[in-house]
Amino acid sequence: MAQVSTALEVEVLSKTFPAVAKRSANRVLENIKLAIEPESFVVLTGPSGCGKSTLLNIIAGLDDDFDGEVRFQSLDARRAYIFQSPRLLPWRTIEENILLPLKDDDPRRAKVPAMLERVGLAEAADAYPERVSLGMQRRASLARGFILEPDILLMDEPFVSLDDPTAQDLRKLLIDLYKRRPTTILFVTHDRSEAVMLGTRILRLDGGSATIVQDEVVQLRSQDRSDPGKVRAERARIFADV
Amino acid sequence: MLETLANKRAVWSLGSLIVLLIFWHVAAELLQHRHLPTPVAVFETFLREVRSGDLIYHVWVTLIRVVISFIVAMLIGSAIGLVMGRMETVNRFFDSWLIFFLNLPALVIIVLCYVWFGLNDMAAIIAVAINKIPNVAVTVREGARALSRDLTEMAEIYSFGRTKTLRHVILPQMAPFFAAAARTGLSLIWKIVLVVELFGLSAGVGVRINEAYHLFDVPMILAYAIAFIVVVQLIEMFVLQPIEARVNRWRR
Ligand SMILES: Nc1ncnc2c1ncn2[C@@H]1O[C@H](COP(=O)(O)OP(=O)(O)OP(=O)(O)O)[C@@H](O)[C@H]1O
Ligand SMILES: [Mg+2]
Repeated sequence: MAQVSTALEVEVLSKTFPAVAKRSANRVLENIKLAIEPESFVVLTGPSGCGKSTLLNIIAGLDDDFDGEVRFQSLDARRAYIFQSPRLLPWRTIEENILLPLKDDDPRRAKVPAMLERVGLAEAADAYPERVSLGMQRRASLARGFILEPDILLMDEPFVSLDDPTAQDLRKLLIDLYKRRPTTILFVTHDRSEAVMLGTRILRLDGGSATIVQDEVVQLRSQDRSDPGKVRAERARIFADV
Repeated sequence: MLETLANKRAVWSLGSLIVLLIFWHVAAELLQHRHLPTPVAVFETFLREVRSGDLIYHVWVTLIRVVISFIVAMLIGSAIGLVMGRMETVNRFFDSWLIFFLNLPALVIIVLCYVWFGLNDMAAIIAVAINKIPNVAVTVREGARALSRDLTEMAEIYSFGRTKTLRHVILPQMAPFFAAAARTGLSLIWKIVLVVELFGLSAGVGVRINEAYHLFDVPMILAYAIAFIVVVQLIEMFVLQPIEARVNRWRR
């Protein structure tokens, strides 16, 4: 991995899942070249099954079976990955789940109670994940990622299947944390309004073997992002829909 | 809520036991055969054996053997199961060995161990452990195969490292499989230990039952059998169930 001036450079010439049983080999991604600026909020959209999660797994380093390369600005860049499902350990409490990624002498351990408070989980700190609501599990999963103060934050549809007010609340939390401590974020979503509201740059993946078909800078100032009219207009400009 | 449930379970088992005792008593009274003693006769024999100290001594000797072979079988069987469940090549190679040992009659293993290692405790414990290890390995292997890939990836992303991953991610997922292996293990092992004792040792419940068999002393046989069933039940209630409750406290 070479040093680069951007936060992150991704080059996936091709990614193919091998044939299994009756399914033939599936070439999912093709010719993806992407440079991401530090502290940018990049939103990745595209139809279901086009390969967004696959791309995120490659960037996270969970999948190294592809043709290409991923380069980070600094080799010890801290990474966090908010998975599409919360992926908490059911046999550890909410608080233990958030503490586990931290070493015993990590100073960030002291910040966990404040983080729990911030995501509204102070009361549920000692509860087991399966005994709290899905929204609370998602918030715990967000807290686990945020507490690391990552340099690169990968998020795979983190707010999907939540009711509107909860999703809205969590979006606010994300914006809040991002403002307090700007990070490079890669955020996957199907929700076009969400994409426009959060992102500084939007990438659209599409195609049988998916590649980047659109790469757009979001032209909204941060105070415009809470204005539904301006978000709708920008959404119409980028996605040509209404 | 849990309290009342536990109470209900105790009431049910107590009730069904009493019904069983009544059936036994009625049958014994009707048949009046000296090979079918009444529960009262068995209980009298039991008390006599307790007072003479024989019962406590033999049960204790057998219990030590059960515990040691249980621990040995669980440790070795779990290690084999974990490795086979996680490494496909190892599994392919050793699978036929496992099937071989699973189907080897207990008696053959016992006799061979005595022939090879002599009539001693060591041979007895090895024989019992070899009988149980394949079962533990098969159960634990199922657990190791079913490990969640999602959680393993999570542990990798959040740099848990080896020890943390084992302790917080792998072993908790394996717990139900260890519990299943332990539960069936305990009941299987104490049955085999009695046979092993009968064949080649000079103390233990198996030896005592063998002596009673030569005298056709049925009350004695039943007194020892019941004493051991009670001991195993106590282990179940005061060791296995509390551990299980603790391990499962996170479940909905
Ligand atoms: N482990 C795998 N083995 C084989 N094929 C896979 C595997 N994982 C994903 N695929 C295939 O790769 C394609 C892309 O999957 P991926 O999960 O990346 O899609 P996605 O864009 O994240 O979809 P969604 O929006 O529904 O989450 C799909 O056709 C899927 O069937
Ligand atoms: Mg996906």
